[in-house]
Amino acid sequence: MKILIVDDFSTMRRIIKNLLRDLGFTNTQEADDGITALPMLHSGNFDFLVTDWNMPGMSGIDLLRTVRADERLKHLPVLMVTAEAKRDQIIEAAQAGVNGYVVKPFTAQVLKEKIEKIFERVNS
Amino acid sequence: MEHKQSSLGDFESTLKKHANELVESLERGQFGDAVQLIHQLNQTRDRGLYQEVGKLTRELHSAIVSFHIDPQMPQAEEVSQITDATERLSYVVKLTEGAANRTMDLVEQSTPVLQALSAEASTLSADWQRFMRREVAAPEFRELARRVDSFLTRSEAGTREVAGHLNDIVLAQDYQDLTGQVIKRVTQLVTEVESNLLKLVLMASQVDRFAGIEHDHQQLRAEKDQEKHPTRGEGPQIHADKREDVVSGQDDVDDLLSSLGF
Repeated sequence: MKILIVDDFSTMRRIIKNLLRDLGFTNTQEADDGITALPMLHSGNFDFLVTDWNMPGMSGIDLLRTVRADERLKHLPVLMVTAEAKRDQIIEAAQAGVNGYVVKPFTAQVLKEKIEKIFERVNS
Repeated sequence: MEHKQSSLGDFESTLKKHANELVESLERGQFGDAVQLIHQLNQTRDRGLYQEVGKLTRELHSAIVSFHIDPQMPQAEEVSQITDATERLSYVVKLTEGAANRTMDLVEQSTPVLQALSAEASTLSADWQRFMRREVAAPEFRELARRVDSFLTRSEAGTREVAGHLNDIVLAQDYQDLTGQVIKRVTQLVTEVESNLLKLVLMASQVDRFAGIEHDHQQLRAEKDQEKHPTRGEGPQIHADKREDVVSGQDDVDDLLSSLGF
């Protein structure tokens, strides 16, 4: 299972990376915004994308839309982990095809639940 | 402030008085008088306008001085307070990032120590149980005693190491004090800037009244809203519990998503 973590703050990437490692996902890579994430997604055979919303360059919601519009990437499961907490934004992300939405600050338990739920649905 | 009000009051009362006289003189056909009145009106208005523009300029100047922005010397060594504030906030970001990384480093260094001790303790414990059941022969017992001895030494060293890391983790929280001080100063500056800007806006509105300029506030607001990039995001919500359009936590998000059929 290869996972790409996209967040502009290196500490947040590190936290998510450590939590994923505790859950048994050791194969992770990092990008700091949508623009750097896209080429990695294209060439890296990733199975899962965890992205923040608010980032310089390309935002997470734009990254999600780009992924969904891409023939090769459109089935990639995407989990949004973000501080964006407006109802409109959550609806927007859902409409853009997000697979899960976690608001910061979050707990290890919440992240675990959402990831497991996504894989359950993807595998069924 | 009172003076401003009275100069504007003067202008308005002159305007009213002269307007009536103007109509009268026009009705009486005294066009010379009418032109004279219009001239006087203009003069009163101009005087007020010049006065207000003058005040606005003075105020702007003192605002620039109080921010230590010297337009004549862009290369001046003295950085403006705003630049200073920006630097202070970058320092906060740097400090919090450093503290977060330091804490995570220490946790990452502690975890393997604890894991090793825990693994060793559980194998030793299994053998010790066998010894208690008298299933261990003398030569094996000597070996077991040696292992227990070395485990005790290692667990002493290991717990000392982890205790040291825990101590360093506590020390790494000193960023709260330092960043708190910096942020308080920046907040103070923002409040100052806001009240100075408000003063300038009030003065500018006096100029507007003399000049008869009206701003379309709704249009201005609409333009401002358009500038907001909808996909940019807004960052953390500070008053999430007081706002209807914002979720208050993960449970709210889950409810909202399940209501959308997720």
